[in-house]
Amino acid sequence: MNTIFFLIGCSVLLALIFLLAFLWSHKNGQHQDLYTPSVRMLMDDEVIMKDKSVEDSKSK
Amino acid sequence: MQMLTTTTCYHCGNDCYTQKFKKDDKVFCCVGCKSVYTILSASNLGNYYQLNLHPGETKSNINQKFAYLDEPEIITQIIDYTDKEKTIVSFYVPTIHCSSCIWLLERLYTLHSGIIENRVDFLKKQVFVQFRQDEISLKALVELMTSIGYEPLISLQDVIKKNKSVEDQLLPKIAVAGFCFGNVMLLSFPAYFGLSKAEAYFGNFFSYLSILFCLPVVIYSGRDYFINAYKNLKVGVLNIDFPLALGILVLFLRTLVEGVLHTGHGFADTLTGLVFFLLIGKIMQQKTYHHLSFERDYRSFFPVAVQVLQDDGLEKSVPLEKLTQGDRIMIKNQEIIPADAILWKGEALIDFSFVTGEAIPVRKELGEIIYAGGRQMGSAVELEVIKPVSQSYLTKLWNNEAFQKELSTKIKTFVSRVSHHFSIILLFLAFGTLLFWLPQDWRTGLSAFTAILIIACPCALVLSTPFTMSAVLSILDKNKFYLKNTDVVEQLASIDTIVFDKTGTVSIAENLNIIFKGNLDDEIKDIIYNTCKNSSHPHSRRICSFLGNRKNISVSDYQELAGLGISAQIYDEKVLIGSRYFITGKAIDEQEFPEVHLKIGQNYVGYFILKQKFRTGLAELLNRINIKYSSYLLSGDTQQDASILEKHFTNQNHLKFKQSPQDKLNFIKQMQLNKHKVMMIGDGLNDAGALKQSNAGIAVTDHINNFTPGSDAILEGSALHQLPVFLKFTKAAVKVIHASFLISLTYNIIGLSVAVTGQLSPLFAAILMPVSTITIISFTSVSTHLLAKKYKLL
Repeated sequence: MNTIFFLIGCSVLLALIFLLAFLWSHKNGQHQDLYTPSVRMLMDDEVIMKDKSVEDSKSK
Repeated sequence: MQMLTTTTCYHCGNDCYTQKFKKDDKVFCCVGCKSVYTILSASNLGNYYQLNLHPGETKSNINQKFAYLDEPEIITQIIDYTDKEKTIVSFYVPTIHCSSCIWLLERLYTLHSGIIENRVDFLKKQVFVQFRQDEISLKALVELMTSIGYEPLISLQDVIKKNKSVEDQLLPKIAVAGFCFGNVMLLSFPAYFGLSKAEAYFGNFFSYLSILFCLPVVIYSGRDYFINAYKNLKVGVLNIDFPLALGILVLFLRTLVEGVLHTGHGFADTLTGLVFFLLIGKIMQQKTYHHLSFERDYRSFFPVAVQVLQDDGLEKSVPLEKLTQGDRIMIKNQEIIPADAILWKGEALIDFSFVTGEAIPVRKELGEIIYAGGRQMGSAVELEVIKPVSQSYLTKLWNNEAFQKELSTKIKTFVSRVSHHFSIILLFLAFGTLLFWLPQDWRTGLSAFTAILIIACPCALVLSTPFTMSAVLSILDKNKFYLKNTDVVEQLASIDTIVFDKTGTVSIAENLNIIFKGNLDDEIKDIIYNTCKNSSHPHSRRICSFLGNRKNISVSDYQELAGLGISAQIYDEKVLIGSRYFITGKAIDEQEFPEVHLKIGQNYVGYFILKQKFRTGLAELLNRINIKYSSYLLSGDTQQDASILEKHFTNQNHLKFKQSPQDKLNFIKQMQLNKHKVMMIGDGLNDAGALKQSNAGIAVTDHINNFTPGSDAILEGSALHQLPVFLKFTKAAVKVIHASFLISLTYNIIGLSVAVTGQLSPLFAAILMPVSTITIISFTSVSTHLLAKKYKLL
């Protein structure tokens, strides 16, 4: 039964890591803009592909 | 009639009236749109047009001058950070509206190598730019952005930056409280299910650990409650924070004592849960509209700097606050006059519509005083400043006491009224119980005393307001009514008098609503203008202001025929302007809008349609309002519309014209002295004082990014007719809060009846607290949504 002490220690430590990760991300400003990144990530892919196709057609 | 082509502009999507602006097979509506396309396609940024159809905004042709951005003292006020290599600046760009905007604005570096990086915050419509100031100046950067259609709105009174910090601290506090709450719950379960004798040492370990988890919750997360309670006690106010702080403190002390003495397992779960829920309620209350500002004053309406003529004849940009008496300033077309000044040179035609509500531009003679806030229409003028900006006729309003302090005219919220009595009753009950038990058994006495303070901790009461109000706010938000904060809902509900402004609020900006059917060339425009300017008929005046300032032609044989129209002789031709009957001899009974027909010589030229200048549904709106409220109209304009508006108001004396901004403020103040709760609805700077003085000030705007004066709420013009519904809804919302207060009181009474006996078990508290909280939250959100459905707001 004494493993419970160890297991609780582990679980608290794990939770603490998540808490610290959250606090770090908050301090890092990751919660300041919750919308733009969602648009940005969709856009980049498309744009790079198109840029290439433009260059391809030019080189041809 | 000229046929209109149906092609739309490749850049902005507006209809193109000519095929003149073409490039690469693409048609544009104006030079501005074409130039933006040229810049972008030259820099290989054509993808801008691939992401969205017609992503651009029509580029206005008004050439804004950014010369003031070369002045070091102005630059330092605008930028966020600078060192030897780079500068960081954030701009508010109102035109950001789609993903193409983000795409383009984040690729500014392809347009200029001096720009290192830029990021867009879409919801706040902000752009952060990092640039090398050696390669590109701030002015060049702003001009670059303007050239592609994204003109930053530069104002020294940048409110957006201020309100960040509060929210920032709250989230980590919630995170810590939530973390501790979850862990403590886990540790409490064994105790509730019962531990055998052999496992007793687990119990002790668990309670020590729980106490450890309580520490950050009390010291860090719950800190504000202690600070607020202490601050309020110092000034002799018992507000809602007092019983909360007391509850948290007693919970913690009992948990600590019981843990150390092994007399029980304490209230750690109740304590952490309480703080966690309270903080969630707090964050619900902090809804912010990033794109709206409720605190604007004249500074965000006025330009940042003005061109001052120096002794050597050169122009220099000077920040407004540095402007002194005697300075000679240059005001160009469409620029705003920042200070009271005397006209020295040039033709001044000043549009005061935003300041006084007077719709028609005023011509000023040399040597006349021009008051600050007017907008010059026409060529540049030279003025001499006679009063500093802050002492001018208009800006003096902001020196009024209404702006100096947070007004007590804003009513106290329900919670703050109740909490005072609540705290006193609570203390009486707690000490009464203590005194009752003390002679018999001090242990039971003490435990009953603390139990009361724990149980009565008004968690549900505190949560009922934020949850109801934030639901109300988001429902109103969907209906284009934006409230500054949750307290405004209660202010709106208590209103009994509504005061309207006229221009811009009840009526719409006029020039946009005139349509001419037929062909209108410059010569005809000159003829109409010169004929109509002699007439004082409202229709003539509207047509004149629609045509703008035109050259003078001599008019002879001018005659005005009442009820029919005008006849005059110009260029040896007879000009007839007037009703359909007057011109064509035929009358039509039903016209949707007034028409003005035009005949020059023997040729019938066409007619003007003067569209309704009042907002749609105005009559119905006022009729509905008059049932429950008394309504007034304050206008800075002349009495020209009195006859139309009078019938919508119960009493003719309720309409007041030619009111100065100060008159409006005084009127509201007088109403308040007569024990009325006044709501002011206005739009311009001239209403700013009245909006501030009133119990609830609502700014009406047709374009949400436009300037709105400081107010409690911003309402889009298209939603004005729904005002009676909004008011009913807020009243109903306040009733929901009252009902939820009764529910939480019931829970309190149940809990207290157990607590006075001194037999409060931690399990009971741990169940009662979340159950009451959840009841309240679900009751308030369900009932507000049902109410919104009932009033058809959802």
